[in-house]
Amino acid sequence: MSSYEDAPRFLWAGDSAVVIQFGNDISPLLASRVHRMTGALEGANLPWLAEVLPSYRSVLAQFDPRLISPTAALEALGDIVKAVDVPDQSGIDSDTAQTGAEDESSVVTIPVCYGGQFGPDLGDVAAHTRLSPEEVIALHSEPLYLVYMIGFTLGFPYLGGMNPRIATPRLATSRTVVPAGSVGIAGNQTGVYPSASPGGWRLIGRTPLALADRSVDPPCLLRAGNRIRFVPVDEPTYYAMGGDQ
Amino acid sequence: MANVLEVVNPGPLATLQDLGRPGWMKYGVPPSGALDQEGLAVANLLAGNPEGAPGIEITYGNFRARALAPLAAACAGAWAPIQIDGVPVLPWAAFSIAPGQVVSIGAPVWGVRLYLAVGGGIAAQPVMGSVSTYIRGALGGIDGQGRALRAGDIITTPDPPASPRAPVAPAGSVTARAVAALARRQAAFTSAHSPASATASAIASASARHAIAIRVVMGPQDDHFTDAGRRTFAREEFTLTSKADRMGLRFEGPAIEHARGADIISDGMPPGAIQIPGDGVPIIMLADRQTTGGYPKIACVARVDLDLLAHLRPGDRVRFVPLSAQNAHEALKQEQVASGAPGRALRIRIDGIEHVVALFELE
Repeated sequence: MSSYEDAPRFLWAGDSAVVIQFGNDISPLLASRVHRMTGALEGANLPWLAEVLPSYRSVLAQFDPRLISPTAALEALGDIVKAVDVPDQSGIDSDTAQTGAEDESSVVTIPVCYGGQFGPDLGDVAAHTRLSPEEVIALHSEPLYLVYMIGFTLGFPYLGGMNPRIATPRLATSRTVVPAGSVGIAGNQTGVYPSASPGGWRLIGRTPLALADRSVDPPCLLRAGNRIRFVPVDEPTYYAMGGDQ
Repeated sequence: MANVLEVVNPGPLATLQDLGRPGWMKYGVPPSGALDQEGLAVANLLAGNPEGAPGIEITYGNFRARALAPLAAACAGAWAPIQIDGVPVLPWAAFSIAPGQVVSIGAPVWGVRLYLAVGGGIAAQPVMGSVSTYIRGALGGIDGQGRALRAGDIITTPDPPASPRAPVAPAGSVTARAVAALARRQAAFTSAHSPASATASAIASASARHAIAIRVVMGPQDDHFTDAGRRTFAREEFTLTSKADRMGLRFEGPAIEHARGADIISDGMPPGAIQIPGDGVPIIMLADRQTTGGYPKIACVARVDLDLLAHLRPGDRVRFVPLSAQNAHEALKQEQVASGAPGRALRIRIDGIEHVVALFELE
């Protein structure tokens, strides 16, 4: 478990990037430090900062070598970390991160039509977990999930917070096409496919929301640090919200 | 919009590329863009365009296109024979094509990727600020959906055409930069490549040629390897396999020993990251890399040598030369200073047409 006593490590990633690493595990507290640092870097409007990429436990900061030297960039990043990477005075921050208690208005709601043609593997998940399909849906739509990071493909969220009771292994053989919006389970993880792609996750439902739209800025609905909740909807509602067949 | 070129034969792979789409990795989108950025820039400058205008990245040559309008053009990157209706023109030089004439680019003598720039630039709908083709993600390119060029595609110039943002540089200064870029590529590859070494049969014979030095900065996860593993990385040579594309380059060679397994918590993938998966042999990640990854990265290729990676061929041997981040930065600065200095600008006439030539070596 990381705490603020663990000073972040600065690791070279070539001569035009630095990894700011806050710890070595996957936890909401660590993620809150990563996301706070990401926000600070993006808000600082540094002309030399070319790319800021948050992941589970670190931030990759890439800079433009025409505008700044590696040593100067390291110093500037160190100053920002010193100013930003401190516990909230009230202590609310770490409590929030650990309990997931948060202002509901900042939560992104993802409507999901569970089961049927949209969730062809719901029955398998129920059988594997010895639950009824209704119980699987209830357990999947109960928690507040944390978006640890976006990666793999445009808009794909790496989520934390799934109830281990509905953990189910991947399919033995991947599907060649998983439709966009599909909600799946793979081991201890749950996720949403932003675009149609091959995949081996157990599909339990589908959202009518577009998680990725390359023609708008930002091109995806979610970003690292968001909290999301899945909300069950019926088929007519799914179609009314613009869901595809 | 003016139609200027019709693709007759794209060769093994030809795509539209500019300098890429930085800033979108946090959404899962890699930067893409020309693998040899200086190659694209020089081709553009020779053709009278801003250095970041879209060009055609031609892989292993064998490209043919027919002019539909009078056209100024230039190629840089790899060194390959270029002909206009069967008449040779020089690579790394500006040339002009008349309507109906066919420009043919042969198999490279050294290097892998050439950049064809056409005066006025190339029109395509930018996706996330760039026309760079990202085939795996179906982004950018000629159709906005990540498609590579194919026979029959029509290349158009934008309206208004691309024009240099800065005052037009005198020909000498443009070519000084080209001279420096060409000299580096020649030094790296002329003794490493022969025209035949693109074929699998030549992989064995390539071992007779010299290893290409690639400068690297150790980290971010060099502490995931044993001392012996780091020694292997810095002292041994590694050979590029046929698994080489715009996403990455997979090598073979002695195994680099991990200190505690080959898994890390997935984190961001910097340009030129050298991942060491469980089998212990390096993979260098290029412009179309996935944005995050779970193998430890022993080092990253120094910025100054990133462009060279575009020209490594299966069978090429490399050795990694570690230096500090600040020294790698100084090397990059030095190269930029060198390419800004007055160089050997050459103007020659072939069949009554004046060519601005960076540097040439008749074989």
